[in-house]
Order: sequence, then C-alpha cells, then structure tokens
Amino acid sequence: MEPIIKFENFSFQYFSQKTATLKNINLAIYPGEKILIVGPSGSGKSTLGNCLNGLIPFAYKGKISGSLKIKGQETKNQNIFSLSKNIGTVLQDSDGQFVGLSVGEDIAFALENENVGQDIMKQQVRKVAAMVDMDRLLESSPFELSGGQKQRVSLAGVMVDDVDILLFDEPLANLDPATGKTAIELIDDIHKQSNKTIIIIEHRLEDVLHRDVDRIILVDDGQIVVDDKAENILASSILKEHGIREPLYITALKYAGVDIKPSMKPAHIETLDVSDCAQKVRDWFIENKAQLIENNNEPMLELEHIKFRYDNTREIIKDISFMIRKGEMVSIIGRNGAGKSTLSKLILGFEKVDEGKIICDGHDLVEDSIMERGRQVGVVLQNPNQMLSKPLIYDEIALGLRNQGLSEDEIRERVENVMKICGLYEFRKWPISALSYGQKKRVSIACILVLNPKVLILDEPTAGQDFAHYSEIMEFLKQLNDNGQTIVLITHDMHLMLEYTPRAIALNDGKIVKDGSSAEILCSKELCEKANLKETSLMQLANKCGIDSPTDYVTAFIEYERKELR
Amino acid sequence: MKLKMFSYNEENTFVHRLSGVTKLLCFLILSFVVMYTYDIRIMLLIGAFSIYLFKLSRISFKQVRFLVMYLLFFVALNGVITYFFEPTHGNMLYGTYHELFRFNDIYVVTQEQLFYQVSKMVKYMCVIPMGLIFFCTTNPSEFASSLNHAKVPYKGAYAVSLTLRYFPDIARQFTDISNAQQARGIDMSAKAKVMTRLKNTLMVISPLIFSALDRVDMISNAMDLRGFGKYPKRTWYTYRKLGKEDALAFVVCLSFVALALYMAIFVTNGRFYNPFI
Amino acid sequence: MNKKELFSTKMLVATGLGAALFLVLFKFVTIPSPIANTSFQIAYAVAGFFGALFGPLCSGLLAFIGHALNDAMSGWGIWWSWVIASGVSGLIMGISYFKINFENGFGKKEIITFNVIQVIANVVAWLIVAPVLDIAIYSEPANLVFVQGIWAAIMNAISTGVVGTLLLVAYASRQVKEGSLDKE
Repeated sequence: MEPIIKFENFSFQYFSQKTATLKNINLAIYPGEKILIVGPSGSGKSTLGNCLNGLIPFAYKGKISGSLKIKGQETKNQNIFSLSKNIGTVLQDSDGQFVGLSVGEDIAFALENENVGQDIMKQQVRKVAAMVDMDRLLESSPFELSGGQKQRVSLAGVMVDDVDILLFDEPLANLDPATGKTAIELIDDIHKQSNKTIIIIEHRLEDVLHRDVDRIILVDDGQIVVDDKAENILASSILKEHGIREPLYITALKYAGVDIKPSMKPAHIETLDVSDCAQKVRDWFIENKAQLIENNNEPMLELEHIKFRYDNTREIIKDISFMIRKGEMVSIIGRNGAGKSTLSKLILGFEKVDEGKIICDGHDLVEDSIMERGRQVGVVLQNPNQMLSKPLIYDEIALGLRNQGLSEDEIRERVENVMKICGLYEFRKWPISALSYGQKKRVSIACILVLNPKVLILDEPTAGQDFAHYSEIMEFLKQLNDNGQTIVLITHDMHLMLEYTPRAIALNDGKIVKDGSSAEILCSKELCEKANLKETSLMQLANKCGIDSPTDYVTAFIEYERKELR
Repeated sequence: MKLKMFSYNEENTFVHRLSGVTKLLCFLILSFVVMYTYDIRIMLLIGAFSIYLFKLSRISFKQVRFLVMYLLFFVALNGVITYFFEPTHGNMLYGTYHELFRFNDIYVVTQEQLFYQVSKMVKYMCVIPMGLIFFCTTNPSEFASSLNHAKVPYKGAYAVSLTLRYFPDIARQFTDISNAQQARGIDMSAKAKVMTRLKNTLMVISPLIFSALDRVDMISNAMDLRGFGKYPKRTWYTYRKLGKEDALAFVVCLSFVALALYMAIFVTNGRFYNPFI
Repeated sequence: MNKKELFSTKMLVATGLGAALFLVLFKFVTIPSPIANTSFQIAYAVAGFFGALFGPLCSGLLAFIGHALNDAMSGWGIWWSWVIASGVSGLIMGISYFKINFENGFGKKEIITFNVIQVIANVVAWLIVAPVLDIAIYSEPANLVFVQGIWAAIMNAISTGVVGTLLLVAYASRQVKEGSLDKE
C-alpha cells in the first residue's frame, strides 16, 4: 500500500530562528492509520502538524528542504486551499476556530467558501452535526456551549469537507478529564466508522490511550526519537527521558519494581495483565503505607452560607460553607458551570454575595471593595498575558506597591525579595517580552505575592502546559506553600489535585458535593461523575491487584513520590 | 453572563419574516430620506409609520424604555445647547422674523427658531424606532450575509460578523482583566485624576489588546485552513431568500423616497418646508 | 501566497477583532467631557494602533464598524455624520502603516511620524468631516458643531497620542525580542 503521508529527509527552519525546528524527518503514514504524535513543548510536534495542513509555508515562512508528499503529491507545489481538501485540522483553541455566530453556521463555513448552494449545504450540515451529536443545537451561539461542545463543532466543521485525513492539534488541552475522555471516544468512533487517517498531536498520553492507537511517534528536538506500537513504547523508559508523563499506573508499576513487558498489554489499564506482578504491587503497598498529615492550624479563609445569583436568574451558588486553614493548599474542582469560578469572584469581590459571610483571618470581607480585598486575597489569572502590562519585570511587580504610595526604598526591598523567592532576581533587568510562558507565569504570581496576600487564588495555573512546565509551575507553588503561604487552586487537572493538594472541594450545581481528600474523590466513581473528572487509573490498578482500599493505595503512591523524588 | 449583542427576539411577524437584506436596505433608505428632508410633515409621517412597524414587530416597550428616556434627555440637552449657541438660527434658515418674546438683548424666542428646533428634534427621533426594529428583528447571524447581498464585499461583511462573534469574548476579558488589576490596587474609579486614569486604563487595555493581537494569527489560520477567501464569491448558510413581502417593503420605502423628492422639487423648492412665507 | 492581496484574511480578522476592541473600549472606557456628544475616547487609540500595524483599510473599517455598532447597540440610531468621521479618522491614521517600519524599534522619529499623522487625521475628521456633515444633514448651527469638533479633535488627539503611542512602543519592544530567539 502507498503511504498517504510521506516525509523524506524533510527539514524546516523558521526564518525567525537560528536553527532548524524539524531536522531530517523520515516518516510514512498509511491510509486508515491512527497515529499519536507526542513530544514536549518546543519539540517541533506542532510544526510537524503545520507542515501537513499547509500553514507552513502559507502562514509561517521558513526554509524547507527534502520532500513531503500527501496522497502522492508534493506539498511544496500546492497552496493551502488544495491541501485543506485532503486534510482537516482541529485546532487547540476551539474558541478561535469557532468563527460562526451559531453552530450550524460554523459547520457550514467551509461549504460557504466553496460556494455550495443553500439546500445542499443545510442537508450536509445536518448530517455531519448528527455524527458529532450536535444536531439538536444547530441554532445555539458559541456563548451557550461548553468547551467540549465547541470542539465537536470544530470537528464537524472540518469533516463537512469530506477530507481523508483528520489532524487534531492538542485536542485535550482545554477540556476537563471527563469531556476529554468523551472526545477521545468520539475520535475513535469516527475513525472506526469512516476509516479516515487520524493524527493526534498531544502530550497527555494516558488520556489519549483511553482508546487504541496504531502507533506512537515521539518527537523531541526536531527529530523522531521513536516510532513504534504503544505496548513497546510503554515498556521502555524512553517517554520519561524525553519529558512525557507516563500513565500513572505504569509509574506505579515501576515503583513497585515491576519489569514491564509488551506482552503484559500495558497500553490500557483495562487490558493490563497483572497476573505476574500483582504480588509485587501488594508488597510495595504494605511497605509504603502512609498517612496524610493533618493540618490543624487556625482558620485562614472561612465561607459561611454563601448564596449568589445573577439578576433574575437561577441561583448559581447555593449555600456554600467551607473553611481553609493557614498553610493549606486546596483544590476547588467541578465541571464548567458548577460555580467554581463564580465562587472565586465572590471571594475577591468581583461579584457581590447575596447572603453569607467571607471571613479572611478573622475579618469579614463582604463589605470591602475589590481594592481592599486585594490586600487580603490575591488572584492570579489563568493567562499571564492578561495580567502583564509593563515592559519591565521590576516595574510590573512594583505596580501594586506604587499604587499603595509606599516609598521607593521600601518598594525596592519588597520587590527584590519577591523576585528572589520566585527565582526572577537574575532576570530583574529583562523586558517581560523576552520571557518564556512559565517565567511570565512566575512574574504574574510575583505581582500578587509582593502585596503579601493572606490567601493566594490561582485559576487553572497549568492549563495547556506540558509536563516540564507543569512541574516547574507546581513545584514553585509547592515551595511557596511549604513556606506557609495558603493557596487555593481552581482546576480540573486531576494530576495536579492528586499530586499537590491533599484536600479538594468538589462543587456540582452550586453546591459542595464533597470536601475531603483528593485521593478519596478520585477513587469514587460517583464523585468523579459529579465533578466531571474520571477515576484515577491508580485505583483501577489497586482493584486489579486485589488491594482492598484503593484510597490508601493512592495516598501511599503520592506520599512515596513526595518523599522519594523531591 | 449573557452578553448577546442585540436583544434579538425570535418571533413570527411580518417584520421578522423579511429577509435581512430587505430590512438593512429599507433601514438605510429611510435613514437617508430622513437625513435628506427637512419637511416636518414627511418626517412625522415616517415617524408614525415606524412606530406602527414597531408595534407590528411586537417589541416590548419595556425592552427599550431606558433607551427612550436617555434619548429624550439627550435631545432636550441638544435643544438647550443649540438655542444657547444660535438663538436665531431658524430665522437664518427660513428668512423671516416673527418674535414671540425675549429674555434679553441676545436671547429672543422666535417662531422660526421654535419650528427649526422642533423639526430637528423630530428628525433625530423619527428613525429611532426603525433602527430598533432592525436590530431587534434581525438575527445577528443573518447580518453579514445581508451586507454581502447589499453589495458589500464579503470580506468586509465577514469582518462585521467577526466583530459580533468576538465582542462578547473581549468584553468578558475586559471585565476579568479590569477586576484583576483593581485587586492589585489600580484605581479605575472616577475618583482618580484624568491623567492617572488614562495611565491606569492602559494597565487594563494593553493586556487586552495584546492578547487580541495574539489571537489574530490563530483565527486567520483557522479560516484559511477552511478555505476562506478561495473564490471571489461565497454563499451564506443563513441567507434568507427574498419573497413577496420583501417586494412590498421595498415598494413602501421607495414611495417615501419618491414623496420626499417630489415635495422637495415641486412643492417646497428645496429640503426645507417653510410655513412662514 | 505570491500575489499581494488587497485585503488578506489576516487583515480581515484584525479588522473584526479591532472593531470588537474598539466597541468594548467605546462602551466601557470613556471619560465624559463637558461638551455634549463628546468624550475622551480611548477607542481611537486602538484605531491608531491597528492602523500602524495593518494599514488604513483595517483601521478605517474598524473605526467605522465599531462606531456604527456602538450606536446601533445603544439604540439611538446610527449617527452617520460621526460614524463616517470616525471611519475617516481611522483611514487617515492608517497612513502611518506605510511610513513606520518596526524593524528599527519605535523611537523618537517614529513617535513623531505617528503623532503628526494622527493629529492630521483627527483634525480632518472632527474639524472638517463631522461638522460639515452635521450642517448638511441636520442644519446644525455652524459655531455649535465647530466647537464640538474642536473639542473632539483635541480629546481624541490626546487619547490617541498618549495611549496609541505607548501601545506602539510596547508592541515594538515585543517585536525586537521575539524576532530572532534561539532555543536555549
């Protein structure tokens, strides 16, 4: 069979960069295959995708050498329009890809551009919308849809063209775990029904492997490191060496000293054969049993019977009460619309509570203005670019203090101190534009820390970050927390809550459904469903190996990581 | 948070059934008639007609009550200022002088001035129901296709569609950023001095503008990948074909044009209706 | 893409998003001035900024669309004379696109060029276009509309001058740094 995609000695260098981003790529993909391309940020995996769909060289200029053929045609000689007839791309930012004012309109976008008549267009839109289960929402506007639904629309919008190849660029980046799981199932169903060639670019390996892929291609530093079946790759240690997070159950098996072989079918927790290693896992558990250390400090932030509704609409927050102790690091979790971001807005005063008390360090905040609360509780937005407005790091961090009218000497002392804590001191003369995303994130945290807030609230601090950046940001927060900073994280990242926040508060429909240990929540099917999470594969591993209390096993695993690896 | 552009409400009335192109063109035609003519009789006629349509399209007065109040205030203010600047502008326009009474040497009240100011007020106000009807009965989705069918190049029309699409996103971001910056102690309230306020505003809008700029590439890539701009023409999913009712609407609008032109050329000898000679 | 397109997709998207920004700022960030119909409009700085980056077609259209939609959404009918004047000011401000090269950063020379152009744009739009149209359409008294025009020109020139210039300086500093980065 002829490959549908064929790279031969292919290299690419952006004009704006000093070295090549893709180096001598040789790769063949055959019709009907389902391929997963993994690699850390900056490895060149997205560049590879952009070469396929024609954005390189159409939108991003650079030097190409070697050959890339799609369906036997050299791509260099085609324009982006003829390439887009063969390959449909679902981009990471589903809000950016959703250009229509309604679902139907957006799905029809490609047909409109092809001058398809209205009758055929409407028929086709209905058909494709039904394939992604959006046919009852054709009239809905993007503001009424969840992230997962928007992504379905994006998918329908490229399938309407009847392309042979579907390319997904980080499809999971903006989805919560349960929605991500459904997305992977949908991609798999479409693959099975249509037999299209599917290419998924993603670094969240475990989530993609929820369903089978034919091959995994690991890219790092612009080169293909390995191109093999999932079983073989998981049995090796190559993923970890290249900054890709292994599935948690694989890591757990390795801790227990199990030698993973392809014959154990390690690609999915469901297929994993533990008959030879269950004993080892049990032994490891007995040896490493651990207890969570309870925090008995005085309360730092207390919410008492908080109620809230936007004008004339249904109640969004229904009688929420909880208490966070000094020096705790807590996750607030829940699906989109469960009320978690509204809750943080209420604490910060961006919205006013209808009823209830918000007590921070013994002082009720309810009557205070946003600026007054800002000295007690600090908030870091998800995207650091939305917080940074000064050209220089020093000025940015000093901004909040200057507004308090402090003397320049005192400001310098405090700013430099925070810079040291945040590892930014060596960059103090740098312009913000020269920083990486992770460094900008640090600056945005520093801007708030310098105001000495008693509680620090972070909204999705690691969204869309690869493992290396995730670890960098979270280790930094951990270090702040170890120094006594109380931290609240609003998140739907399961790894984050499991590994960094012993306690989590799960919201559903404006109410608390569980305020307890993260391990416990992630081991409960019922709670996971309510919070749009999915159960951790560690729990499934524990069940498979005959461990009677999965929660304790998960706790042991986390404590082990904390002690052994840091 | 609902951030819909217009308070478009789905109904099945004569006005709602009209194609977006028809409504757009009729709105523009009548606006231009009102801009052209200074004959209070024609303006009142158009005003009465648009109030009738307003009733017909079942837009509740509650929906627009606040607006009407604001508008009346604005028109009244404009009236006061106009009088303050030129108490005898009407006499200049109509060429006669009928004094009613006077406050002092400069500020006289004449019939001409009163008539001019009343005419101007009517001129301001009589297309307003028309605009409200247009925006309350046209599905925003249909807007771009209407512009394109009214001979606006489709790329220009699509720019308007994108504005409608991303306005709520940007408005929400603006609120988020503004709140977060206030929490850092940046005063955005009216208490601060003008220069401080300008500078503080910059702290909010520069992150807003630069994140929008970052998205320009992303969105245009997404559009290119789906074949936008491939041909000199494109079709529209939301376009509504013209029917008999649309023809009727055009006939009515064009008869207003004819009336205004007829009056101007044969009856009043110009745009102004002058009852003083 | 061999032939230069008059209005590329990128320019179109910039126009759409720019108009949305213009609209947001027009609605939420105004500082009222003592004379009716005028206020400190930060929105015009967006037009100036996008004009320098994407050219006159983009900035002219975005100001026109943004202003027209603002009027439409507010409900008091579209005030065509001022909407057109906004479009004209955007169009003229966009001339800076041909005169300013960001490769050398945004220094004194560029600041002067940008501000000379934006002052001309504001004068033409608010001292010629808007008053003339107001007189033609509404027969407003000439001295009233010129006083309004002078006021609007000054206010808009100040906000574009201050905010637009600062935005462009910030933009240029981002460009130079992002231009030729080596992976570390």
